Amino acid sequence: MADPRGFLEVRRVPAPERAPRERVLDHDEIFGVLPDDELRGQARRCMDCGVPFCNNSCPLGNLIPDWNDLVRRGQWREALDQLHATNNFPEFTGLICPAPCESACVLDIGDDAVMIKQIEYAIIERGFEEGWVVARPPHARSGRKVAIVGSGPAGLAAAAELNQVGHTVTVFERDEAPGGLMRFGVPDAKLEKWIIDRRVALLEAEGIEFRYGVDVGRDIDATELSDDHDAVVVAIGSRIERPLEIPGSELDGVHFAMDYLYQRNRAVTIAHGGRAPAPEREISAAKKRVAVIGGGDTGMDCLSSANREGASDVVLLDVYGEVPAGGRYPDTPWPMSPRRTETTYALDEGGERHFGTQVVSFEGEAGRVALINGRRVEGSSSRALRPVPGSEFTREVDLCLVAIGFTHPQHEGLLEALDLRLDARGNVAAGVFASSRPGVYAAGDARTGQSLIVNAIADGRRAARLIDRDLRTAPTALAPAA
Amino acid sequence: MRDGLYDTTNEHDGCGVAALARLDGRASRETVERAIGALINLEHRGAEGADATSGDGAGILIQIPDAFMRAVLADDGRELPPPDAYGLACCFLPRDEDHRGKLEAVIEEAVSEEGLETIAWRDVPVDDRAAGIRALEVAPHVRHLFVARAGLTGDALERRLYVLRRVIERRCGDELAVPSCSARTVVYKGMLSAPQLPRFYTDLGDSRVATALAIVHSRFSTNTFPSWSLAHPFHMSAHNGEFNTLLGNKSWMRAREARLSHGPLGPDVGRLLPAIAPGLSDSAAFDAVLELLVKGGRSLPHAVMLMTPEAHEGRNDIPQAIREFYEYGSMLMEPWDGPASLTFTDGQILGATLDRNGLRPGRWAITDDGWFALSSEAGAFRFDPARLVRVGRLLPGRLLIVDPAAGHVLSEREAELAVAGARPYGAWHAEHSLRMEDLPDAEPDDPPELALRERQLAFGWSQEDLCVLLAPMARDGKEPTGSMGNDAALAILSERQPPLFSYFKQLFAQVTNPSIDPVREQVVMSLSSIIGPEGDLLDEAPEQARRLVLDGPVIDDRDLARIVAADEATLAARPLDATWPLVAGEAGLDDALDRLCRDADAGLEAGAGVLIVSDRAVDRERVPIPSLLALACVHHHLVRSGTRTRAGLVVESGEPREVHHIAALIGYGASAVNPYLMLESLTALEGRAEPDVELEPGEAVSRVIAALDKGLLKILSKMGISTIHSYCGAQVFEAVGLEPGLIERHFTGTPSRIGGIGLDGLAREALTRHARAWPDAHGAVLPTHVEQGLLPAAHARLLPQGGIYSWRRDGERHMWDPETVAALQSVARGAGPEAYAEFKHRVNEENAAHGMLRGLMELHLAEDPAPLEEVEPVAEVVRRFSTGGMSLGSLSHEAHETLAVAMNRLGARSNTGEGGEDRRRFEPDPNGDLRRSAIKQVASGRFGVTIDYLVNADQLQIKISQGSKPGEGGQLPGHKIDAEIARLRHSTEGVELISPPPHHDIYSIEDLKQLIYDLRCANPRASVSVKLAAEVGVGTVAAGVAKANADHIVIAGHDGGTGASSLSSIQSAGVPWEIGLSETQQTLVRNDLRSRVAIQTDGQMRTGRDVVIAALLGADEVGFSTAPLVAAGCVMMRVCHLNTCPVGVATQDPELRRRFAGTPEQIVTYLLAVAEDVREIMASLGVRRYEELIGRADLLSPAAAVEHWKARDLDLSSLLTFADSPEHARRQTRGQEPVLDDSLDHLALIPATSRAISHGEHVRASFEVRNVHRTVGGLLSSEIVRRHGPDGLPEGSIEITLSGAAGQSLGAWLAPGVSLTVHGMVNDYAGKGLSGGIVSVRPHEECQFYARENVIAGNVALYGATSGRAFFAGLAGERFAVRNSGALAVVEGVGDHGCEYMTGGRVVVLGATGVNFAAGMSGGVAWVLDEDGDFAYRVNCDLVDLETPDGAREVELRDLIGEHRARTGSTVADHLLADWDAARGRFVQVMPRAYRAALERSDRALRANVGAAA
Repeated sequence: MADPRGFLEVRRVPAPERAPRERVLDHDEIFGVLPDDELRGQARRCMDCGVPFCNNSCPLGNLIPDWNDLVRRGQWREALDQLHATNNFPEFTGLICPAPCESACVLDIGDDAVMIKQIEYAIIERGFEEGWVVARPPHARSGRKVAIVGSGPAGLAAAAELNQVGHTVTVFERDEAPGGLMRFGVPDAKLEKWIIDRRVALLEAEGIEFRYGVDVGRDIDATELSDDHDAVVVAIGSRIERPLEIPGSELDGVHFAMDYLYQRNRAVTIAHGGRAPAPEREISAAKKRVAVIGGGDTGMDCLSSANREGASDVVLLDVYGEVPAGGRYPDTPWPMSPRRTETTYALDEGGERHFGTQVVSFEGEAGRVALINGRRVEGSSSRALRPVPGSEFTREVDLCLVAIGFTHPQHEGLLEALDLRLDARGNVAAGVFASSRPGVYAAGDARTGQSLIVNAIADGRRAARLIDRDLRTAPTALAPAA
Repeated sequence: MRDGLYDTTNEHDGCGVAALARLDGRASRETVERAIGALINLEHRGAEGADATSGDGAGILIQIPDAFMRAVLADDGRELPPPDAYGLACCFLPRDEDHRGKLEAVIEEAVSEEGLETIAWRDVPVDDRAAGIRALEVAPHVRHLFVARAGLTGDALERRLYVLRRVIERRCGDELAVPSCSARTVVYKGMLSAPQLPRFYTDLGDSRVATALAIVHSRFSTNTFPSWSLAHPFHMSAHNGEFNTLLGNKSWMRAREARLSHGPLGPDVGRLLPAIAPGLSDSAAFDAVLELLVKGGRSLPHAVMLMTPEAHEGRNDIPQAIREFYEYGSMLMEPWDGPASLTFTDGQILGATLDRNGLRPGRWAITDDGWFALSSEAGAFRFDPARLVRVGRLLPGRLLIVDPAAGHVLSEREAELAVAGARPYGAWHAEHSLRMEDLPDAEPDDPPELALRERQLAFGWSQEDLCVLLAPMARDGKEPTGSMGNDAALAILSERQPPLFSYFKQLFAQVTNPSIDPVREQVVMSLSSIIGPEGDLLDEAPEQARRLVLDGPVIDDRDLARIVAADEATLAARPLDATWPLVAGEAGLDDALDRLCRDADAGLEAGAGVLIVSDRAVDRERVPIPSLLALACVHHHLVRSGTRTRAGLVVESGEPREVHHIAALIGYGASAVNPYLMLESLTALEGRAEPDVELEPGEAVSRVIAALDKGLLKILSKMGISTIHSYCGAQVFEAVGLEPGLIERHFTGTPSRIGGIGLDGLAREALTRHARAWPDAHGAVLPTHVEQGLLPAAHARLLPQGGIYSWRRDGERHMWDPETVAALQSVARGAGPEAYAEFKHRVNEENAAHGMLRGLMELHLAEDPAPLEEVEPVAEVVRRFSTGGMSLGSLSHEAHETLAVAMNRLGARSNTGEGGEDRRRFEPDPNGDLRRSAIKQVASGRFGVTIDYLVNADQLQIKISQGSKPGEGGQLPGHKIDAEIARLRHSTEGVELISPPPHHDIYSIEDLKQLIYDLRCANPRASVSVKLAAEVGVGTVAAGVAKANADHIVIAGHDGGTGASSLSSIQSAGVPWEIGLSETQQTLVRNDLRSRVAIQTDGQMRTGRDVVIAALLGADEVGFSTAPLVAAGCVMMRVCHLNTCPVGVATQDPELRRRFAGTPEQIVTYLLAVAEDVREIMASLGVRRYEELIGRADLLSPAAAVEHWKARDLDLSSLLTFADSPEHARRQTRGQEPVLDDSLDHLALIPATSRAISHGEHVRASFEVRNVHRTVGGLLSSEIVRRHGPDGLPEGSIEITLSGAAGQSLGAWLAPGVSLTVHGMVNDYAGKGLSGGIVSVRPHEECQFYARENVIAGNVALYGATSGRAFFAGLAGERFAVRNSGALAVVEGVGDHGCEYMTGGRVVVLGATGVNFAAGMSGGVAWVLDEDGDFAYRVNCDLVDLETPDGAREVELRDLIGEHRARTGSTVADHLLADWDAARGRFVQVMPRAYRAALERSDRALRANVGAAA
């Protein structure tokens, strides 16, 4: 039962973050946690709605009113139980989820939403601090073996859940460390990498084996892997980037955002004393005039990284029109998620966002990009943009980072080796997680296409339930495990 | 008899009753004539069926007119033995001669077997022309049979005749009825109206037919299934009322039969059984048991006291001996509980009593020429006022006994004292009865090793159970509150294994009997429960008191341990294991039930006096039997075996966790319940459920038990039941979704109308719950809900969410979920037809999945659809739409007016709800919008119900029940009452307002008829609607309402409802409208009453399909509530009761009201889309006009493809029974017959005062008045206010003097400028709704009596009065000035519950009051002359302080007494004023605390303003 008058008595405050001018000078986490009493005050604002739209809007079905109330009462331990009851990795979502729950919060109608994400993060951090988050190995082993390819949020969630019910799980990761885009796409400013390591250590302690630097389909034979396991889960994400099909895209200095971010994240790891492979060819924004194309989270992360590298000038070009006050276009009324946020951490640190701006072509000098040709456009859908006559402009640039999304998972290698059927968009066709190949499943972006981390976790854990059901009803084809 | 959903067992009675006796004991012709005259004067209390010529029933009981019988037999050459030596049996035989002959032979054979001799048969002469058409179709052939045996006289002969009658009744079955069989009395009765009775039975007109006493009765029945034998009087009694505990009383009687053996009936008892023959009405059943007790050796007053005891617990104003008698009596049998005016006789004495709460009227008079007369209304007997020596009224629970032979009238407890003093009942009780504290203390066993969580899981607990239900109970000691109705899936359509309790819905009283206010009228309530074996009802021995009396039925581990450890033979306890082995699987449940019954038998065999049905043995290997099933199975097994009264049943279970669960267990026969897991959960409240306030574990337990106790009182009171003792086993539940076989075997007698799951289904659900705790025992790693919900494994460590009270994605399904709310808001904001299509699709497709019955129906599409353009236009369709009654107060001004404007724009109707309406809204806005609500609701609080309010309505709606909390009152918390709302409600800002559970002017169907009449007078142009809630029997209630002259009936579904109530009420009372509507349609069509009334239904109407299904099931109209609110921005927060609605819909907080963003366009857009949807469906059905849809249940069939495993067992055939009768209309086709043409206003008052009305002249007039003149002044007031507005005419414009006994509701809503002065007396409801007029009542000048000792006014005077003044020079009945909010009144003494719920005005009582004065009084001031200094004992001081009047208040008091003297000539007032200094000190000022605080606040504000201005 909530405090019925909390929202009338407490105003929302901003989540604590380090001053932009200060933080842009380092790569450390920028977000903090409110003091205990303030958090509890913020939790009081939750109204425990008869119909909690937050609970519905959260892909995980997080029991938001329930843990808000527990935080209000200071019952952190129980709040943690409620949080883990739907979310395997609240420390990830607590930092980098775009929080559709807050957009759907009833208080978002004519007031400010409850700061759900901040409370979520506070609960899990408190849990770690207090030592409440401990490995819980399963009581018994089923004797079934499961291979999971990809250690992004979907793969990790599937691994955690399948392990919990007693299956023997091995996770295969192509890169040198776990986390997928959480590690290599998201800057440390938003998610420091030890947070991923901390969770993975728990999963290892629960009995999951992780194998890094193994590209299944290249380093090991995919069909063999499938034969060796009762189930294989393809959780390789949707990593083929959407190309910007305009003249000049091939020029040097025009790069996919992810190529840049991978490098930046590895660089930070190395700078912090970690180990990571060196880039074949460095992409740097230092002292350069940078244009980021695409106004989503990845674009923002590029902006933030470029600022930290010391770019001389960064601009973010977004084809969508200006965000209306309150953040909602008419076709995304409450409780739907707005398509764009009004502001982001990256913009606070520097750089400019240009709305309704479309890049038409690049021009280069000596094979290297030098100029952007663009124009103003109107319209709310990327498929129906209307150029504004006479709005053409050019802009001098040294580096262009293209962050306009991903198309589908990589087909070469694993998918081809397993001969998996694809859907019309090029994703693995796996309606209820089972692919066209018996014993092979898909989860996360590889199955659904590019999406949010919170969807990936949800997809991974749901896949695990259905795979478990199959494993329990079908006889194993394998020899009994030793 | 059943047909579709129509079931004759649901019928109810109301009526007028009268009795008359000669105090010289001499038989007189005049007695017969006067009695019949009175009956005719009470005719307006009876009813006629669809066939206006057939009455519901009338009858007369008289002493056998020996001279007459002797003479008519002598004419045939037969000779009778001396008086008192022969018996006369009146027989209703078949009209078919052959048939009759056979029966007569059977009867004669029985006569001789009983050692009697047949003297003669006599055809009773009847005049068929006097009876109605339908009545004649089923009329019996009436014959008198004379029998005798030499030497047999007196009581011995009566007993022999009684045995004879039962024997022939048993042998002849339904084909014979024997209305009387006695040597002392004879009954003439039939399916007749009062005037028809003497014309039909020509005997009654014979001058030789004489008697010294008579009882007459005219019946108003909700049923129309013709019956001659159910007319009253019965053999010993006539009854106006209803026994709400009937089912329990019947099963307990059946259970007792095996033990009956003592007393003068001796071995004959066996031949009388069953004591209550099948098919008897409640009144007939009461009569049967009363007669058994009397013939079994008790005196008539004794038997009545045993069956309907006065409320005696905790009462210090009852003589000790009487209280002790009742205490002892409670050990023998449970009370027959319900509103009742009982009149009874054994042919020698005549008596009468009322139920413990005085819910029926009874006025009596004694004349100086030897008459004693009693009737439902004063004035029914017409006596010369000069001859009256005493007038009085029956008192709650008190006996009045007249012994004509001795010339005694015993009205002052003499009769009770005589009974109570006959034996040392007090000593017997004191010596033998046991209380918990008499038992040695004992330690409960340690709780088992099993974790609490595991057991909670196994019993199906959810997190909501802990944090929504249990924690608030532990913290506040009361049940938590909720709002916005119950839109969750029905248990039978739920996928979440709800407990068996959820399949049972509480029944509630509506119309035919009142619910009770268990808080304000706690004085009549009792929680006391009795455990242990019963003795022989026909015996009277000290040891029969050897039983354990509990203060309440909820006990804890320690209490149970005490019972088990008690060294008392009668409490020898035997546990019965209510679990079954998991290995036995689903099939094991049936075996386990058999074993339970065998164990129970063995326990009794071994001498057990207490059987403990316990599921303590639950563990990994043993599954708990649903506790209600285990208990009911044992109870009914023992009832059937005739051994039930040999032991008490106690339930020890981990399953019950809310008050509804406890109520169900008691309702099915448990004397006590130990909800051990509930209490254990408290002591180890984990995490989130922990109350904010730190509690000692022991304190938490007692608070939870207190909360359960309060909740139980509420549940029984909503059925009009006062005591747990009579609730026990009364089975006042309806099952929804259980298979008939299961019901028949284990819940015998419970209605269950749509079939459902059986034992295997229940077993399956129990096993699934068990697997939550121990999935591994079921071969799984995760419990089903986690596995199937695709939830993380960590979820299994928690209890399931529940999701009943607030939606959760993984919880119970709801009709309103985030998707539907968002989709509808998008429709309302004009997102176009695609958006509506999306909304409609979501709602319709998911209706079945979301647990709606209509989701299981399929429409029969026409092969030849109608072109859409030929279907009647949208504008016609929306006319059939209205919004539900949602008050300003619950809703914000903005939301309330937005609804009104939207509905007016559509040409549809909005409903004020309860709470008045600002008259500024009666005029259109400049843009043409009208903020006036077309429907004005009249609810039990009568807030703001003034004559002006009533006049400005198109429809007046009497809200009997509402879907969210049928049978309950309401509360508007102080924080929702701002200055504006207080003004409209005539109350005080910030002071909580209480709506009583019942309308205090509707205790019966004839009362409803009267209120409808009153409202017609107040606004003859408006239609009158009556809002009922769906439950079993609502169809028969609706039939009664139609006969009571309503134009419009609303059947509200359980799932609708926006009001605030306790969560268990929202969840557990009422049924879906689909069932209630269908039952109503079938009943009304069958009885040809449908043509007279329009039917509306409501309850989560959302799409065109919902509307069309409602129409097909019989609705002329539909009501929408939640959906228009959602269209206007409501997000189903369900916090309406907290005043914190974040979207400004249901709040009075100015800050939040600013957030309201709804517009009339949104509602209009949505409802037009629904109407268009309706048209499209009509086209697809080939129907062009809406009216052609109505009642076409043949266009519906059960959906073919039903996925749900439980839903597959449902049987909708009775629901979809097509009520089709060639000559009976299926929809409203005509209006009611006019009733106002013969009113005194119409005939006399208005013509006489027309110059005052039209020209403002001063008019005085005088008229004779009689009790048949009802609502005098009503039409006149309506006329005045319609012409002159709320301020009416200047005071003194119209002065009317009336002489005689005025009928009910004199001066109802009397307008300013009118004064009525009655010389004589008035009946019930005088000054109801008084709106500025003046009512004065003074004794007739020629009366001999001293006014102050005699009753001059009936019950419930000034109910809901808002302004004006009233003066009564004499005593008034119960509930004087109830819910008065502004009138000033003086009276010289009142009955119980005076000034109840009063919120304003002034009341002066110049004499004694009854008990419970000022209960719930939150405003106004009362002054009581406390001459004996004992007034303080009779006040309910919960809300008021007692003070001494001084200063301005004293002046006010004296002025009122002065006006009283002036207007009534009161000698009491005269004496007081003559020596005011002496008098004033004897007054006690009754001052509500909240009111005083509010006055002080406004004084301070005023002074501050004055100070600031200075």
